[in-house]
Amino acid sequence: MKRLFSYMRVHLVESILAPLFKMLEATFELFVPIIVAEMIDTGVAGRDVSFLVKRLILLLVLAACGLAFSITAQYFSAKVATDTAEMMRNDLFRHMETLSWHQIDSLGTSTLITRMTSDINTVQNGVNMFLRLFLRSPFVVFGAMFMAFTVDSHTAMTFVVVIPVLFLIVFAVLLATMPLYRKVQKQLDAIMRTTRENLLGVRVVRAFNRQESEKSAFDSESDNLYDRQIFVGKISALLNPMTYVVINLGIVAILWIGGRQVNAGALTQGKIIAQVNYMSQILVELIKLANLIILLSRAMASARRVDDVFRITNNMQDGTQPFPSVTGAVSAADQSADRKTQAEIASTSDLNAVHTDKVNGASIDFRDVVFRYEKDAEPALTDITFHADAGSTIGIIGGTGSGKSSIVNLIPRFYDTESGSVMLNGTDVRQIRTDDLRSHIGLVPQKAMLFHGTLRDNMKWGREDATDEEINEAIDIAQAREFVDSKGAGLDLMIEQEGRNLSGGQKQRLTIARAVVRKPDILILDDSASALDFATDAALRHAIRTRAGSCTVILVSQRVSTVRSADEILVMNDGKLAGCGTHRELLNSCPEYQDICASQMTPEEIARDREGDV
Amino acid sequence: MSEKINGVISEEDRKKSRRKSTMSRILLCIRPYLPLVILSLVLAVISVFLQLIIPVWIGDGVDAIMGKGSVDFSTLLKIIRKIVICICLTAAAQWIMNHVNNVITYRIVRDLRVQAFHKIHSIPLSWLDTHSSGDLLSRVITDIEQLSDGLLLGFTQLFTGVITIIGTIIFMVSLQPLATLIVVVFTPLSFVIAKFISSHAYSYFQKQSAARGNVTDLTNEMLGGLKVVQTFGHEKKAMDEFSERNHELSGYSLKATFFSSLTNPATRFVNSLIYDGVALAGCLLCFLSPFGGAVMTVGSLTSFLSYVKQYSQPFNDITGVLTEFQNSVASAARVFELLDTKPEPADDSDAVTLEHASGAVKLDHVAFSYVPEKPLIEDLNVNVQPGQRIAIVGPTGCGKTTLINLLMRFYDVDSGSITVDGTDIRHIVRTSLRDNYGMVLQDTWLKSGTIRENISYGNPDATDEEIIAAAKKAYAHSFIMRMPKGYDTEIEENGGNLSAGQKQLLCIARVMLHLPPILILDEATSSIDTLTEIRIQKAFDEMMKGRTSFVVAHRLSTIRDADEILVMRDGHIIEQGNHEQLLQKNGFYKQLYSAQFERS
Repeated sequence: MKRLFSYMRVHLVESILAPLFKMLEATFELFVPIIVAEMIDTGVAGRDVSFLVKRLILLLVLAACGLAFSITAQYFSAKVATDTAEMMRNDLFRHMETLSWHQIDSLGTSTLITRMTSDINTVQNGVNMFLRLFLRSPFVVFGAMFMAFTVDSHTAMTFVVVIPVLFLIVFAVLLATMPLYRKVQKQLDAIMRTTRENLLGVRVVRAFNRQESEKSAFDSESDNLYDRQIFVGKISALLNPMTYVVINLGIVAILWIGGRQVNAGALTQGKIIAQVNYMSQILVELIKLANLIILLSRAMASARRVDDVFRITNNMQDGTQPFPSVTGAVSAADQSADRKTQAEIASTSDLNAVHTDKVNGASIDFRDVVFRYEKDAEPALTDITFHADAGSTIGIIGGTGSGKSSIVNLIPRFYDTESGSVMLNGTDVRQIRTDDLRSHIGLVPQKAMLFHGTLRDNMKWGREDATDEEINEAIDIAQAREFVDSKGAGLDLMIEQEGRNLSGGQKQRLTIARAVVRKPDILILDDSASALDFATDAALRHAIRTRAGSCTVILVSQRVSTVRSADEILVMNDGKLAGCGTHRELLNSCPEYQDICASQMTPEEIARDREGDV
Repeated sequence: MSEKINGVISEEDRKKSRRKSTMSRILLCIRPYLPLVILSLVLAVISVFLQLIIPVWIGDGVDAIMGKGSVDFSTLLKIIRKIVICICLTAAAQWIMNHVNNVITYRIVRDLRVQAFHKIHSIPLSWLDTHSSGDLLSRVITDIEQLSDGLLLGFTQLFTGVITIIGTIIFMVSLQPLATLIVVVFTPLSFVIAKFISSHAYSYFQKQSAARGNVTDLTNEMLGGLKVVQTFGHEKKAMDEFSERNHELSGYSLKATFFSSLTNPATRFVNSLIYDGVALAGCLLCFLSPFGGAVMTVGSLTSFLSYVKQYSQPFNDITGVLTEFQNSVASAARVFELLDTKPEPADDSDAVTLEHASGAVKLDHVAFSYVPEKPLIEDLNVNVQPGQRIAIVGPTGCGKTTLINLLMRFYDVDSGSITVDGTDIRHIVRTSLRDNYGMVLQDTWLKSGTIRENISYGNPDATDEEIIAAAKKAYAHSFIMRMPKGYDTEIEENGGNLSAGQKQLLCIARVMLHLPPILILDEATSSIDTLTEIRIQKAFDEMMKGRTSFVVAHRLSTIRDADEILVMRDGHIIEQGNHEQLLQKNGFYKQLYSAQFERS
């Protein structure tokens, strides 16, 4: 709500003028019954044609002014409403971009899109109608009563009774039906769920010959919906007849009281007509007011839903340091003197003391890392400690939910650890500026994701200023050359939204190419070659190792064949590091790894690998 | 040029005729409720008539109040008594009418929805596979809701609106024909203006929805790929693109909102002009009588003015109803399209019921394709003896799913034949054929409901002992017992509270409960932890004992133990034979095998 008002404050003048102009228009409308009464009392009684014509002209002028004011008000309120919606959408989009994709996943893209479009649209309508009506309708209702009092206070007393009774009826019906409509909506949701479920599971339903029972279950849900709709319909159908009765009883009362007044000589016929007119005006505005309240409550609910998204925040503090060059690693390595690879790191850093365009690789250290996705009770990672040399190849293997992806997600700092630290070249990732950090990392996610645009556009996501030559090189490395050539459009190949015109394996290879274009210090393949056949997978790994510079490569996979030649393999099980070492070491020491191998290799191969020289 | 025009016209005509046929379909849906519709009409006439007569009496009442000392209280009281009775009658008629309208609308909608849902279970899978489930869902839910809104508005506002217009004209003529003429002649003016404005607004509304589509597309794409956006630091560029599209949307939205909001003030302006004109004319007619005859009384002028107001009101409403109704007709057309889809051909009248097959399956020169231009399976021959194990291997998208579709007769073959125990499956009663198959797919589907309900899905009458036995055989019992409510644990939509492996174990238990003679199994490629995978494998082995089984295989042991291996690539079976034979062939299988299982 606060947010909404802050947007409206940007258009403060319009936000004030819109309802004001609407009110002016309403004021003019209120004069009409008085003038008509005058026409009857003075004009008709005195048979004064010129008086009547003068009054007519006055009426026409009022109508014209009313029109002008109304149009101005409509424009102002539309302007405020649409601008508010625009600002809201921009802010929402900007906000969504900062969320972690785990947050996005748990919210669901379709929900977020509903918030972005239909919810904000409801808010826009709400603001629009609010500005137009929130002053006008009450003003007309109470204005009519006020005018009635200026005409005659005796007959006007009926207004004092009628208005509260009408309010009471309108609100009682609204309050009674609102929760009932929610129940209807809930039942409709249930029907939607059943339908979706049946659409998705149509094969299983048919395989088990359960069509008839599914149908009868749906029938009873539909009956349930019908019953609820009829029930709420009965109540909300009361609104019109009841208000009709009250208003007309009010008119009858005016006639009766007015009759006595006239008889006593305190009132004229014309004035009674004016009172009757004011009474009729109330009804129209009151119903508008009721509709406005419904609309506003919907808009508020929508605004709250949008606000819920704003309230989900990603509390990461950006670091201040640039991405550390390998030199930084020396000091870190110094700190951990017991690390056997220290000399090695030092030697690489000597070679690349200045961070140039050339790929240097980066060392990775996990120290006692514990990590938990927000709501999960169980930590996704527990006590993970390992070291990877700059330029080495690390394999990570384990079942789903074992924490493989969680490890790689901590490196570009998509998440912060709960305790422990992740360090690149000896610097904690939390101290590094996120944009700089990520620009040194090439991550290929599990789900191959491409965007609408040319192949070149997509590759330039990796690096803005990549040349065609560099892009082609990356395509070669990613083993995508063959099919890119076969499409015949080269780098101008149009890619549809989400890469719909490509197969799974083709998409995967292009996403790998995109990461390679970046010339990252750390290249992470998060189970991203799963759709490739084994030969291509092997060729890909070979090409990366030989042609993508000395970057540190992390291969996440379920396949032994993918990780077996890595310098070091991390075996993940249930968020814990079950083992760490080379293929042979693990085959001889790690039972979890042995299990995995047993399911993917022949006993002879296993025996051979145990002994042999990998 | 003229040809072009002809083309346009015929296109227009087609649209019109389609709309017309949709309209007549809607009327057909209404027909069963004809008595109710007539009742609603009668009530509408009554309530409108009463509503219109009341102002006359109010006018009479005003006339009874002539002036000081000359108020006829006994007449006034009589009139008031009449008015009060009528008010109550009107209210009652209105309420019953609304209720009747609800009953008609919601029943029609329920009928349609049930029909649409039943249709989903009888149309061929090919139709379902080629339509996105989101699209079908919106036909069953959103489109039918839209139709419901349209019908309800139509019944409530269109009926009463038209009757009110006719009624007010009659009453006005009876009061003062001359002034009525002014009203009737000028009212279309407000109609014309409203039409003019709304057609302008409509084009902006269209642009607005197109622009909104652009915004949605971009949001969808960027959120779907947020990980990539963040990885590659694309946030700023995405934001720029978004705000550009958003600004465009906002611009059209402003125009659409503003233009459409002009209708109300503009028509109100015209109406008040008419009202003012009538007020003047009425006043003059109170003391002038241009064509002779009686002058108007002040009371009847009052009534007349209130008719002028009541007369113009429905015009605005009807315009709104018509646009709403147009949307509804479009929605109804989409629903009817679903309802008109041809169902799966019925079983042959002489179709055989397959009691308990021995499990001999033969594919004889089978050809099949989803689209005629892209031949997929051509001349496929496989002869499976009862109890044999067939492994299907090949890269993703090679046609393994297609084979399952054909075996279960989700799709019919284009040529050739598939026989089970020597009978062409097209001559077997569908339900009995499918009863003989047990299917566990990687793409696990569970119903929302308890675990117990899910396991007994194929056999709802199963006892608890049978269910538990099946779960034990499927190695699912232990994890089920660890769930908060055991077998009564509710499974969330699509198994949200279960891991992929647990879902697959439940699917296995579901088949385990009633083991059919032929199995179709899909081994998990990924996403299952080692321990569970071993369990699934054991369960699979248990199931396959003595049963004909088709296994989409990824595991070496399964492949090696198979009696026959079908190596598929691009929809073709390119190699066929057992493990040793295929290795000796030194072909694609050998390639696959060495890439996957031998050292590189």
